[in-house]
Amino acid sequence: MLEIRNLHAGIDGKEILKGINLTINKGEIHAIMGPNGSGKSTLAKVLAGHPQYEVTQGEILYEGRNLLEMAPDERAREGVFMAFQYPIEVPGVSNAQFLRLAYNEKQKHLGEEELDPLEFKDLLKERAKVVEMQASFMTRSVNEGFSGGEKKRNEILQMAVLEPKLAVLDETDSGLDIDALRVVANGVNQLHTPNNAMIVVTHYQRLLNYIVPDFVHVLADGRIAREGGKELALELEAKGYDWITAPEQQGAQAAK
Amino acid sequence: MVTELVKSENNYQAAFRALAPTVAWLELVRGSAMDRFEQLGFPSVTDEEWKYTNLASLAKESFVPATANEEISGDVKRHAYPETATAHLVVVNGFLREDLSVTTGLENVVAVDLFNAGADARYNKIIRKYLARNAGYHNNGLTALNTALLQSGVFIWIPKNVELETPIQITFVADPSAQSSANFPRVLVVAEENSSATVIENFVSNDGKPYFTNAVTEVVVKDGARLDHYRLQRESHNAFHVSTTSAELGRASRYDTTSINLGAQLARHDVSVVMDHEGAETSVDGLYMVGADQHTDTHSVIDHKQPHCNSHQLYKGILDGNGRAVFNGKIFVREGAQKTDAMQTNKNLLLSNKARVDTKPQLEIFADDVKCAHGAAVGQIDPEELFYLETRGITPELGRSLLTYGFAEEVIGKIKLASIRSELDEVVLRQLHTSLEA
Repeated sequence: MLEIRNLHAGIDGKEILKGINLTINKGEIHAIMGPNGSGKSTLAKVLAGHPQYEVTQGEILYEGRNLLEMAPDERAREGVFMAFQYPIEVPGVSNAQFLRLAYNEKQKHLGEEELDPLEFKDLLKERAKVVEMQASFMTRSVNEGFSGGEKKRNEILQMAVLEPKLAVLDETDSGLDIDALRVVANGVNQLHTPNNAMIVVTHYQRLLNYIVPDFVHVLADGRIAREGGKELALELEAKGYDWITAPEQQGAQAAK
Repeated sequence: MVTELVKSENNYQAAFRALAPTVAWLELVRGSAMDRFEQLGFPSVTDEEWKYTNLASLAKESFVPATANEEISGDVKRHAYPETATAHLVVVNGFLREDLSVTTGLENVVAVDLFNAGADARYNKIIRKYLARNAGYHNNGLTALNTALLQSGVFIWIPKNVELETPIQITFVADPSAQSSANFPRVLVVAEENSSATVIENFVSNDGKPYFTNAVTEVVVKDGARLDHYRLQRESHNAFHVSTTSAELGRASRYDTTSINLGAQLARHDVSVVMDHEGAETSVDGLYMVGADQHTDTHSVIDHKQPHCNSHQLYKGILDGNGRAVFNGKIFVREGAQKTDAMQTNKNLLLSNKARVDTKPQLEIFADDVKCAHGAAVGQIDPEELFYLETRGITPELGRSLLTYGFAEEVIGKIKLASIRSELDEVVLRQLHTSLEA
C-alpha cells in the first residue's frame, strides 16, 4: 500500500528525515516511535502533504502512485488520513457541516453518492458511536472549546466518517488521560480492517498496549535506528531511548 | 469640483423648496436643518471623521431627491422574512408605502408614517421630543440633509409593558428612476418602559443604476425596555449609502444591534449608543464584507455616561479584491461612570493582497473603577487551518470559503431570527462563490 524509499525531508532548509525506508501493507499496523526531535511528526506531516515540509530526496509510493505529486486534499480523497497531534479549531463551522462537506468531497471524487444533511445525520450518528461522542458535539464548531481528549476523539470520528485506507495517527495519545486513551484506542481498533493500514506515531509505549502494532520502527536522528515486532516497544519502555540513540556509549559502559 | 458640489446641493435645495407645508414645529426643524446643510455641505476628507472616506464622487453626481408614490417594479413582499410576514413595512425611495405594507401582526404597537404622525395629535408630542434628538443635525451635513427633506419615514412606538413577539421588519427599497435617485429614509423607534421588541431594517434595491441613500434611524429604549435591532445593508453595488443609527438607553434597558453591511460601492454607517442611565446594557455588533471596488466605513460611538452600564462590541470585516474598509470605534467612559464594563473588538480578514483596512479602536476613560478592553486584528486565512481542512479532502478553494464563512459566523450566528441567519449564510457563501449544499 505504501512504500517509502530513501526519504529525505526537512523544514526551512534543515534536514530532519535522513533516508527513511518503510513498506506498509494493507491490514498492518505500524508504530513509529522515537525520542523528541527524531523526525516522527515530520514523517507524519510529509505523508499528509504539509506545505512547509520539503522533500529533498527519495520517493513515496501510495498504491503504486507517486504520493508526493498529489496535493494534500487529493491524498485525503484517495484515502490518506492524518489524525493531528494538535487538532485545529475551525470557529463558526459546525462539526456536522464540516464532516458532511469532507465526506461528500470524497464521495464525489470516488463517483459515489453524496448525502444531504438528513441522510448524513444518520451516518454521523452511527459513526459517532465508535468514539462514544454525543450528538451535542455535532452542532458545535469544529474543535472549538473542546478539551484535549474531545479533540482527539473528534479526530477519530473524522476517521470513522472518511474511512481512510491509510491512517496516520500523530501522537494521538498525547494529552490524554487513561479513560480518553481507552476510548480513542478502542475507536481506532474498531476502524482497523484487513483492508486498511495504520501508522501510529507515538513517543510512549502506553498507547501500544491498546493499539497493538504488527511492526515497530524506532527513529533516531531522522533514520530508522531499529525495527522489530511489538516486543520492541516494551523493550524501549524498559530501557529508554538512550539505549537506541547512543548505543556506543551504552555498549562502552556495559563493557566496563 | 466645487461648482459641481453646488449644483448637486441645488437639487436638494430645489427639493426642499418644493416640500409640502406641514405643522409649524416640523417646518422649523426642517428649515433649520436645511440651514445647517447649506453651511456644512457634505463632509470632506479634511474632516478627521471622514479621513478615509471620500464623498467627492457622491457630491459630483447630480442625484435628484425622490418623490412620493413612484411606480415600483417587482414584488416587494419577497423581501419579508417568514417571521415578519405580518409585520412588514415597505419604504420605497424613502416613502412609507402603506399600500405595500402588512401590519396585521402589529396589535398594540404603532407603526405609521413618521411625517404624518408628527402632525397627528396622538403622537406629535413624543415625536417632537425625540426627533432629531439623538441624531443631531448641527454637526453633520448628511443628517441635516435627511432631516431637511423629511416628508415620510417610519414611526414605531411600542407602548409600556408591551412585549411584541412578532419582529417588525422595515424594507427600504431603492428603485431609482430617471427622475429620482436620492432617498432619505428616516425612522424613529420608541420602546416605552419595560416593553420589548425586535426591529429589522433591510436595505435593498430593485435596480443597478447608481443612486444615493442617506438614512437616519433614531432609537429610544426607555427604562427596563429591551430592543433587538438588526440592520441589513444590501444596496446595489452602484449605490452610495450613508446612514446614521443613534440610540439612547434608559435605566436597566437593553439594546442589542447587529449591522450587516454587504452592498453599495461606498457605504458609511455611523452608529452611536448613549447610556445616560444606570444599568443599561448594549451589544453593538457588525459584519462588513467588501469585494472589488467597494468601500465600507463604520464609525461607532458608545458613550458610557452613568455607572453600571455594559457594552460589548464585535465588528468583523471580510475584504476581497481591492475592497476597502474603515472601522473607527470610540468608547467613552465619562467621569463618574464607575463599574463600566466595555469591550470592543474589530477583526478583519483579508482575502486579497490588494484589500485594505484602516481600523482604529479608541477608548477614552475618565473614570477609575472600570473594566475596559479593546483590540483590533487584521489577518489572512491561517495556512494551518487551511491545511487541516485539506487533509480532510476539502479543496483549497472550498477550504478558504469555509474558513471565511466561519469567520463571519461569529457575528451572523448571534442573530436570533433563523431565516435571517440562513439567508445571510447563503449571501456570504454566494459572495465567496461557494455553496455548502455542493
